[in-house]
Amino acid sequence: MRAEPITAEQVKAAIEAAVPGCRVQVLANASPSGQHSLILDHEHAAEAARFLRDDPTLRLDYCSNATGVDWLDSELSEKVKVKKLVDGAETEVEEVRKTKVPGYLEAVYHLYSVEKKHGPVIVRMRTGDRKEDVHLPSLTGVWRSAEFQEREIFDLYGVIFDGHPDLRRLLMWDEFKDYPMRKDYVPPADDDDLVGAERSGG
Amino acid sequence: MSPETANLEEIVAQVPPARGVVEPLPPVNAEGEQLLEISMGPHHPSTHGVFRMNVVLEGEQVVRLKPVFGYLHRNHEKIAENAAYLAAIPYTDRLDYLCSMTNNWGYALAVEKLAGIGVPERAEYIRVIVAELTRLQNHASLIGFLMQDMGMSGTPLMYAFREREKILDLFESLSGARMMCNYMRFGGVRVDTSAEWLRQVRELNGEFPRFLDEFESLLAGNEILMGRAQGVGVLSPELAVSSGASGPMLRASGVNYDVRKVDGYGVYDRFSFRVPLGDHGDVYDRYMMRVLEMRESVKILEQAVRDIPAGPIMDPKARLRGLRPKAGEAYGRIESPKGELGFYLISDGTGNPYRYRVRPPSLINLTVLEDMCLGRGVADVVVILGSVDIVLGEVDR
Amino acid sequence: MRAGLGGVMDEELKNLKAELSKHGVFTTTFEELYNWGRKNSVWPLTFGLACCAIEMIATTMARYDLARFGAEVFRASPRQADLIIVSGTVTKKMAPQVVRLYNQMPEPKYVIAMGACAISGGPFRDGYNVLKGIDRYIPVDVHIPGCPPRPEALIDAFMTLQKKIDAQQLTGEDRPRHLKEDLPSEFPVPEYGEHDLEPPNNAEVWNPLKVIQK
Repeated sequence: MRAEPITAEQVKAAIEAAVPGCRVQVLANASPSGQHSLILDHEHAAEAARFLRDDPTLRLDYCSNATGVDWLDSELSEKVKVKKLVDGAETEVEEVRKTKVPGYLEAVYHLYSVEKKHGPVIVRMRTGDRKEDVHLPSLTGVWRSAEFQEREIFDLYGVIFDGHPDLRRLLMWDEFKDYPMRKDYVPPADDDDLVGAERSGG
Repeated sequence: MSPETANLEEIVAQVPPARGVVEPLPPVNAEGEQLLEISMGPHHPSTHGVFRMNVVLEGEQVVRLKPVFGYLHRNHEKIAENAAYLAAIPYTDRLDYLCSMTNNWGYALAVEKLAGIGVPERAEYIRVIVAELTRLQNHASLIGFLMQDMGMSGTPLMYAFREREKILDLFESLSGARMMCNYMRFGGVRVDTSAEWLRQVRELNGEFPRFLDEFESLLAGNEILMGRAQGVGVLSPELAVSSGASGPMLRASGVNYDVRKVDGYGVYDRFSFRVPLGDHGDVYDRYMMRVLEMRESVKILEQAVRDIPAGPIMDPKARLRGLRPKAGEAYGRIESPKGELGFYLISDGTGNPYRYRVRPPSLINLTVLEDMCLGRGVADVVVILGSVDIVLGEVDR
Repeated sequence: MRAGLGGVMDEELKNLKAELSKHGVFTTTFEELYNWGRKNSVWPLTFGLACCAIEMIATTMARYDLARFGAEVFRASPRQADLIIVSGTVTKKMAPQVVRLYNQMPEPKYVIAMGACAISGGPFRDGYNVLKGIDRYIPVDVHIPGCPPRPEALIDAFMTLQKKIDAQQLTGEDRPRHLKEDLPSEFPVPEYGEHDLEPPNNAEVWNPLKVIQK
């Protein structure tokens, strides 16, 4: 009844064979769910998506879920063994080396096939950073279901989808300036009426 | 060109592209008539909550319809990301507030996938029972609301709520709450059912077909229903798939896709039931899907109550408080009464999810609202919206 | 309770009325008659916000039957309604519309804040788009806690409101707001700002909790 699962490696190979120049990277998932995903590059993302939809064996015609993720700047610290001169003699010393990983925004798409009844194949795209380079290609032209969901990502995360036909805020009002689902968003301080027990003035 | 690809191109050509609002419509059309722009909602008796549509009319006909969301955007995802895994369960109750049980299940399923938690068999059966009861009351209420939209006043809704109250009584005696049940946990359910409770379910389930017969004898051949619903709001199967429609709305267009069958999550692969399919994809088919699905739910309930095994209701290894799944992500989905309800979770190894996302079937089913309404009158818009079956708590989250 | 007449007079009047009614003579005051009519024909606005709205609908259905209290006529237009039941979470995006609906209702008008969200934001209080209580913008007559309150609780709120209407005086210093010409019946509608609603509350209506140092 249920179709054989397709692995991320197979999909990566299929995309790279069909879309010349497309750089696909497999992102392994350590969780028991075993749902690995594919990172697409911006230039070929729309073409690769169209291939995923139209390929007769994959036929991922159903984009179930599209969402954003905010990854803050982080610091990777790893222990490295370094040879150093200590008291004239060369010894191995452990040192913590810190590397700054710049943050980025991410759009994640969960694809299924209604025709072949398989899935999910997960594709993701990443922006350059969190401030200036927040553009990603829109996949609304491939799957109509991305229309509102990409608008939502734009609204809550501030990712600008190039080629989206109607990129406006979805949930917040148009005058709103912040991107509230970002991890560093600070909500307005309006929670101020629980500071005591008695009402003033009766 | 192979016949297969020719067919594919035909399918792709069937899907109209998304329309933008970049270019404003001319205030006056070619005949010199003015276009009328009306705002339906957020306070409107037919919008099933605080939903708003900006409709542009040419005479009586809709030429543009843009939904406006967010009037019930209560930041469910943000709150859940700042809370422990367990603390999000009561919030899922309030997503689609007619169907708290299935929402619980969708979330529990995603966490179970993320953390690798198993579910004992008895708990799986209890989940099926409460989920199908939820489907019965949701579909019955939806038909009632839809009939109200068609101008039948509150009478069909009275019939539906009579049955709904019986199901809510069962939920209350099981979980302690009528609507916000907060019942499922990762690795099982919160409290066990008694033999008496199961007897009550069997009794209700035995009587339910009589209500369905009564309901159908009043409605199925009803002149108002047929006149207002047949041929209205037609959705092609190609567009339904591309736009991510799910649930009864997808199947009313003739697409055979039911997550209960496709994923076979829980113990659904043990029950014999059919997936009803529509033929025309219009409002009448969507109404009919609900009626037929209720009949299938009755069948599932019959089998589940008969076959439920004895045993524990919680996985002994499952941790509720202080659950810290190792870093990774999972997407779990179920067939909720509204459609495909998915939860996408990213764990960074801490006690609360790094990313918590709800895939709301109600919102995504509205993607094609404009396509279904173009060329129809305002009164049809009301009926088409009613047939989609939205709950604003889930649309806006 | 009644102004103008002393407590002793009130008692005497009551006894007199009871005595007269034994002889088949029915007496009343204009105020009593007026309030009796008003309290038994409260028309609520067809206005549902969230989860609580479903319980509100359940209250009007056959099992709980709100019609027993003369309130089954739900009106979709605020111009025909006496009561707005704020049934559910008021988001910041929705708050201006709620205030506008309240403003459009004719006096005398009443507000029931149904459920934890309408009272204080409830479980969604931490949300960036959630208004932490509708009493920041409009005056509330009856609060009912619960998430959602059961239909019985809404009925109780309704009976509380009826008692409140029954006790209102047409004259004197203690007459209700709608009979005092210098008090407002409309309240400013907040506007969408860049980060929050502007203003975040209406200081004339809102009576927040404060720490009182002793």
